[in-house]
Amino acid sequence: MDVRLVNPFINATINVLETMAFVNVNAGKPYVKRDNVAVGDVSGVLGLTGVANGTIAVTFEEKCILTIVSNMFGETMSELNNEIADAVGELTNMISGQARRELEEMGKVFKAAIPSVITGRNHSIIHYSNGPKIAIPFNTDNGEFTIEVCFE
Amino acid sequence: MDTSIKVLIVDDFATMRRILKNILKQIGFKNLVEADDGTTAWEVLEGQKIDLIISDWNMPKMTGLELLKKVRASDSYKTTPFLMVTAEAQKQNVIEAVQAGVSNYVVKPFTAEAISDKLEKILK
Repeated sequence: MDVRLVNPFINATINVLETMAFVNVNAGKPYVKRDNVAVGDVSGVLGLTGVANGTIAVTFEEKCILTIVSNMFGETMSELNNEIADAVGELTNMISGQARRELEEMGKVFKAAIPSVITGRNHSIIHYSNGPKIAIPFNTDNGEFTIEVCFE
Repeated sequence: MDTSIKVLIVDDFATMRRILKNILKQIGFKNLVEADDGTTAWEVLEGQKIDLIISDWNMPKMTGLELLKKVRASDSYKTTPFLMVTAEAQKQNVIEAVQAGVSNYVVKPFTAEAISDKLEKILK
């Protein structure tokens, strides 16, 4: 896997969450994830095809995503429900779009599928390729979330 | 900018429709209609007069680009302002949308000011 594919997703994640949800986001140290168990309570997963095939996933702790969506809507969200799941799908979609624009500037063109969302503690995130799963943890003032990038 | 016009918001994500509705209401628009894909949007357009269309690109059933082409091919809506609000902003996407007759283009993520500025331009 070309590690240069990862940075655009980190940049896009920061930009999307700061622009749409007004939260300060700090990226932690990337690591190779060995299992399929999500570290968050709700995850968006999206397939990408193009110069390489793969998936990205964004998985949020409950407190973190409730704060993010509350900020996006301008009203307090207090439980994981269909509205939160929908928002996670759209956030995943926006992160993918922003990252693909940066990748296009590097000469790497990708197309994206429509994202799917999974909720529940210890749910699985299945990536479509057998490449390494690079996980990047992020901190906010109200909890953590992690993105996973996996390309063949 | 005339905020009494009827606006159709098309996006398969309820989240984005809600965010756009909030922004439009803040600007002063009150007459807002929603659709969750291009096919439903077309049914709305056939059933009532819409003055401004704000649409996502990547949707099931009928994409925003397909909707735009259908709108521009119709007698009723060939000059109606059409704002594409989308995460799809690779060069080829923008070229296709311009060729199909889009009025303007907003890339997600966006600020409320970006939406307001684009609307000012296409509605003046």
